[in-house]
Amino acid sequence: MSISRRRFLKSMTAFGVAMTVPKAGGAYGSFASHPDSCGVLHDITLCIGCRLCEKACNEVNDLPAPERPFDDESVLEKRRRSDDKSFTVVNRYQVDSRPGSPIFRKLQCNHCREPACASSCFVAAYAKTPEGAVVYDPSVCVGCRYCMIACPFDVPAYEYDEALEPKIMKCTLCHPRLLEGKLPGCVEACPQESLLFGRREDLIAVARERIHRHPDRYVDHIYGEHEVGGTNWLYISGVPFEEVGFRTDLGTTPAPKLTSGALSVVPVIAGVWPALLGGIYLMTRTKEKTSAREKATAVREAIDATQAAADEARKKAAEKAKADQEKAVQAAVKKALDQAAKESAKEGS
Amino acid sequence: MSEPASAFERPLLSPFNVVAGIIVLVGLWITYLRFTGGLGAVTNLDQNNAWGFWIGFDLLCGVALAAGGYTTAAAVEIFGMKKFHAALRPALLTGFLGYSLVVIALTYDVGRPWRLPYPFVLSPGPTSVLFEVGACVLLYLIVLFLEFSPMALEWLGERRLRRILVRLTLLLTIFGITLSTLHQSSLGALFLIAPSKLHPLWYSSYLPVFFFVSSVAAGLSMVIFEGTLARRSFSDKMDDEHKGTADAVVLGFGKAAAFVLAAYFAIKVFGVALDDNWGLLGTGYGLWFLVEMIGFVLLPCFLYLVGTRDRNVKLIRWTAFLTVLGIVLNRLNICLICFNWQLPAQDRYVPHWMEIGLSVFVVTLGVVAYRFIVTRMPVFYEHPDFSEGH
Repeated sequence: MSISRRRFLKSMTAFGVAMTVPKAGGAYGSFASHPDSCGVLHDITLCIGCRLCEKACNEVNDLPAPERPFDDESVLEKRRRSDDKSFTVVNRYQVDSRPGSPIFRKLQCNHCREPACASSCFVAAYAKTPEGAVVYDPSVCVGCRYCMIACPFDVPAYEYDEALEPKIMKCTLCHPRLLEGKLPGCVEACPQESLLFGRREDLIAVARERIHRHPDRYVDHIYGEHEVGGTNWLYISGVPFEEVGFRTDLGTTPAPKLTSGALSVVPVIAGVWPALLGGIYLMTRTKEKTSAREKATAVREAIDATQAAADEARKKAAEKAKADQEKAVQAAVKKALDQAAKESAKEGS
Repeated sequence: MSEPASAFERPLLSPFNVVAGIIVLVGLWITYLRFTGGLGAVTNLDQNNAWGFWIGFDLLCGVALAAGGYTTAAAVEIFGMKKFHAALRPALLTGFLGYSLVVIALTYDVGRPWRLPYPFVLSPGPTSVLFEVGACVLLYLIVLFLEFSPMALEWLGERRLRRILVRLTLLLTIFGITLSTLHQSSLGALFLIAPSKLHPLWYSSYLPVFFFVSSVAAGLSMVIFEGTLARRSFSDKMDDEHKGTADAVVLGFGKAAAFVLAAYFAIKVFGVALDDNWGLLGTGYGLWFLVEMIGFVLLPCFLYLVGTRDRNVKLIRWTAFLTVLGIVLNRLNICLICFNWQLPAQDRYVPHWMEIGLSVFVVTLGVVAYRFIVTRMPVFYEHPDFSEGH
């Protein structure tokens, strides 16, 4: 089973109708979003490295002419990546298990189902379209290049030579052409049917079928089915993927999940911190006030106690003085009386 | 608002002015090249290495090293440590200047700097960690400006406006600490999205926590470090309160930094343990990781403790410098040295001299602004007309 180009074009009409139906809410992590999204299956075993896809891409996207023409095979001697002047490149790999027969592999934006670039963009310049393409809007781009940091496939490229209006450049899956019912430029140009366009789900079925039918020709893996949450470009290969430049250590976690945990803490801190800090401030101030008050009380009590003791002493002293005085008076009175008595006795005798 | 005599005493052609003048001229030349030829004309950035020295040093180190503002404000205004009061104004000033420089540097690095308000007015992308960083840095810059304003208003003799701002101190402090907690940690969270590019010894789901905790150590150490530098150049501007509590600030902040560094070391060990990265310690990057962890975290932690125990102010001052170097090393490791470690050697990034030149230019602008302000405004002393007797 394989999807012929004509059949695809027919299905695109139905696809176009399906696209007008309002989509159900597609939150991150729900792979049910955009069920009819399209992609491309790149059968690496069929690629002959003719670079006609590069040429077509260059033409449909109005990119500058390359330094060396597209039929110059010497370009393949160097390992290349897509950049601001080329959205797709084909690389040649010499693999130990296949000496003498080079393997070619095309690379471009993989159009992730949950794109890191879109998740990382702080002006939401990227969008995952229902058709499957990840598109970029230069009219809001600030040029921070965080998308380039975030992309696990190193796809977004920056116009470093633009002084004032630099843009990010990357493959659009020919989104404008898809909307016109046309195929992506590279798929249309491929003479080997190494590139197959269709609904992503159909492509996975095709890939599985090919692997099942020719277990000797293919490695039993569809690259992009689960990598980083799944991509709309899918690959099947005759040699292990890491031998033809794929990263096989990316895992299956979609990019938005990597930062959602940290971002979910933000409102918590924004809400709790002011209360916590205000509370600590009040506690510190209460403590300060309490200790100040306690200090004042202690001082007052000490003063009072000293005062009371002094009063007591004074009172005692006064009483003693009074008593002494009375005693002295009484003594004097008694003495005077005694004297008087003595004298009267003398007189009486 | 009389000009201090020393501002006139300093000759125009002093060595400082000559060196600063040359740096500014070179900086202006690089500015011209950047805005006429694009980033490609002055940087070694390429399609694989999108962030270079301006993000690694100017942004990441700049923000971390400007953390003195919020840490000192927390100590004095929230935790009620009034004995550190004299350290608050210098810390707020360097915080404000630090964040201003970060924003200046960013206008060179981003492609279309005049669009920097776009995330907040035109097309917000709140799923991005960078959105949060941007929002917090913007708000915190405003907070720092307001916290700095009383110094300028006292200089200008503006009583009414100053009184309003001083009344807002507590509110601004709480707002500032909250914003700092958020964006200091979010700078680490920026790299959570790239587990395939950052070396596993530095990548961890705890990156936000690492960045926040280390920013506290950075802030405390920067207050000590800046105090050391200021003492050498501006001691004639310092009042008795500032001079009298300077050693208490060094000892107190040194002790706090020792605790924070110990906590930081512990959570970094947890980070290695939870991802089971012990095996990687035997590799070349592992050795480099150990250099950072032992030489620039454990060693300063130990030296801070010894310095506090012996009341050795000089040792603590040197340890603060070591800690600052460690923070710079950590941020450069995460953004540049251990980022894109999977790339072949010929594809790795090495900064262009003009990238470093522009960073030196930006820092020089900060030093010039700092000198201008501390020689005129009441930073190291209480303005006699506005003394409140703390």
